[in-house]
Amino acid sequence: MPGTVLGYLWLVPALPLAGFVANGTLALVAPERKRLVSVIGVGVLVAAFALAVAIVLELAHLHPDAPLVLRLWSWLPVGALQVNVALELDPLSAVMLLVVTGVSALIHVYSVGYMQNDPGYARYFAELNLFVFFMLTLVLGANFPVVFVGWVGGGLCSYLLIGFWFAEKINTDAALKAFIMNRIGDCGFLLAMFLLFRYTGTLDFTTVFAAAPTAFRAGGGPITAVALLLFLGCTGKSAQIPLYTWLPDAMQGPTPVSALIHAATMVTAGVYLVARCGVLFALAPLAGAAVAGIGALTALFAATIALQQWDIKKVLAYSTISQLGLMFLGVGSGAYAAGIFHLTTHACFKALLFLGAGSVIHAVQHACHATDSHEDPQDLRNMGGLRLALPWTCAAMWVATLAMAGVPPFAGFFSKDEILAAAFARGAAEPAWYVFWAAGLASALCTAFYMTRLMLYTFHGPNRTGEGERAHLHEAPGIMTGPVLVLGGLTAVAGVLNVPPFLGGSARLERWLEPVTQAATRLAPLPALAPATEALLTGFAVAIAVAGIGGAWRLLDPARLVPARLARPERGLRRLLAKRYYIDELYNTFIVRPIRWVSEKVLWQFVDRRLLDGAGVNGAARLAQAAGWVGSRLQTGDLGFYVVVFVAGVVLVLGAALR
Amino acid sequence: MLLGPALFVSAVLFALGVAGVLLRRNAIVIFMCVELMLNAVNLTFVALAQTLGIAGQIIVFFVMAVAAAEAAVGLAILLAIFRHRGTLDLQNIHLLKG
Repeated sequence: MPGTVLGYLWLVPALPLAGFVANGTLALVAPERKRLVSVIGVGVLVAAFALAVAIVLELAHLHPDAPLVLRLWSWLPVGALQVNVALELDPLSAVMLLVVTGVSALIHVYSVGYMQNDPGYARYFAELNLFVFFMLTLVLGANFPVVFVGWVGGGLCSYLLIGFWFAEKINTDAALKAFIMNRIGDCGFLLAMFLLFRYTGTLDFTTVFAAAPTAFRAGGGPITAVALLLFLGCTGKSAQIPLYTWLPDAMQGPTPVSALIHAATMVTAGVYLVARCGVLFALAPLAGAAVAGIGALTALFAATIALQQWDIKKVLAYSTISQLGLMFLGVGSGAYAAGIFHLTTHACFKALLFLGAGSVIHAVQHACHATDSHEDPQDLRNMGGLRLALPWTCAAMWVATLAMAGVPPFAGFFSKDEILAAAFARGAAEPAWYVFWAAGLASALCTAFYMTRLMLYTFHGPNRTGEGERAHLHEAPGIMTGPVLVLGGLTAVAGVLNVPPFLGGSARLERWLEPVTQAATRLAPLPALAPATEALLTGFAVAIAVAGIGGAWRLLDPARLVPARLARPERGLRRLLAKRYYIDELYNTFIVRPIRWVSEKVLWQFVDRRLLDGAGVNGAARLAQAAGWVGSRLQTGDLGFYVVVFVAGVVLVLGAALR
Repeated sequence: MLLGPALFVSAVLFALGVAGVLLRRNAIVIFMCVELMLNAVNLTFVALAQTLGIAGQIIVFFVMAVAAAEAAVGLAILLAIFRHRGTLDLQNIHLLKG
């Protein structure tokens, strides 16, 4: 790499790593020095973001066709397998670099306010810094193993931070669930790597993607297996059907963690991976269809669940799953730029929504604390009318709501629209994509509805917190509101990144990503839509969004809501949705309990205790004992018998020797 | 000279010793039969030394020394057993068994 600022690319992940080391040391030796922890924790992120901006500006200036690879050191030189620790900078990783460092920096600032009174403050920042390091390793890695390190490391930090308040069992259970489900996906990632090495003989991105079209027969078994196994990894990390159930539980962690890891960055790693490996998915149309189909199904499925959740963070969690599904619909359809665009805008508005929800929970929790009330501070039914207490948060969250619902001119409108348009365009050749498109559209309707419901129940209508608590409700401190407002600004304007041509834009992000995506789009070109059709689709999508918002406004009456402890359980379809289609229960009955049964009754009590302990270990001992018993029968104690045996033995030996 | 008769006598003495060890009950008698076997072997050595060289005669002295030592230890053990159990009948001495 030339001797410019690009040569300092390694410093971007190294800064958060240094922050982790420093804060981790402080957490062990001086956890009470919160000011120093904040300076280090936030400082490294701000520095990393500034450096990332400089690097991306330099990259834009050079605009090279090939990715810039910074080889740091040789990691696994094993015969034909040569794996280096190497970082790669191309337009795609540049986008991710900015998203990760930018959103992380804002959320670190927010955390200073949110976690101020937590005894584990230093540990929290250490783990959050470590997470950013792994996430940057993931987006900058130049080969599959390095990305895998970031991939698994992110999962580790997710586990640590979900279980941050580990004194309560529900939190550690949620952390374990996340970790185990991610491991299932990681297994797919690993197998895909093995297959890639088997067929292409390398694991570096540039060489794999260059070799893939000749090493694999398009649409053949091996490439489909590789792509599907990679996607299995993505379903784990990015919470798609069937491995999505860990994400709602992951909301047990601190809210800024939910915003950073479980909404803006780590869970989008799967989308990044599919976009990065676009060539592989373009070579395996079946796998591409599976990505789009699972994405569309997840988008609709999770959106319907979000309609009837009462926990504010659970609504946002299912909304995240749904939006991730939409991104997979985009990248699965071959619209990589659209998927990454939605990833970017989603990172802004979902981080905003989570941080806003954090402020709301913060306010309600403090109010409940002040009056020693034990109401659930995350339950929508215990809120209401908070717009008076939290005007800034309310305004910013409305911007994010409109963005996510897809109302122009906010960011989500452009990105969501492009994904749906891409799916629709695919439908002309393969009608299955019309179904995916319809599912995406239906999920957009649900999204508009449940977000309006969340806003209505949180900020509007009468206040349900209780008389004593009402006086204690107040806006979060500036250090928390500031990042929320910055994200609000970004959410409002991020759409300009990629305004489509038919709306007078120049699709800047799409052209920026072209060097990365062109290899895949050449293999599987995305059919273009006539501008008129596109405009019609856009109008349709906006109408859907408005219908969702208006419908929620008309159908839901916050005044009729009663606080959670007085509420009666739902009936019928509402109950099915509130119970999340009983998917967790189904998994428990059909997967977890059989596995536990097999482990306990078969593996433990039969294989381990009977077979290994019983027949193996104790059996060998008993065999030796039995042989010893037989031998001991010779020891009669009768000297005469001994002598007879002895003489007989001598005669035998002599006889044999003399013969 | 007379090698054959000497070896024959030796073989007879050895067989008598073996038979005594196998058939008698009294520990002292068995002990004496062992000595008989040793001396039968000594006789063989001396007889063969006539033709094979002086080494056979030297070994006889070693055997005598070992036999004397063995007699000292063995008789002491027998004395101890007799004091302890009041008998030297080997059929009654069978505590050491598996």
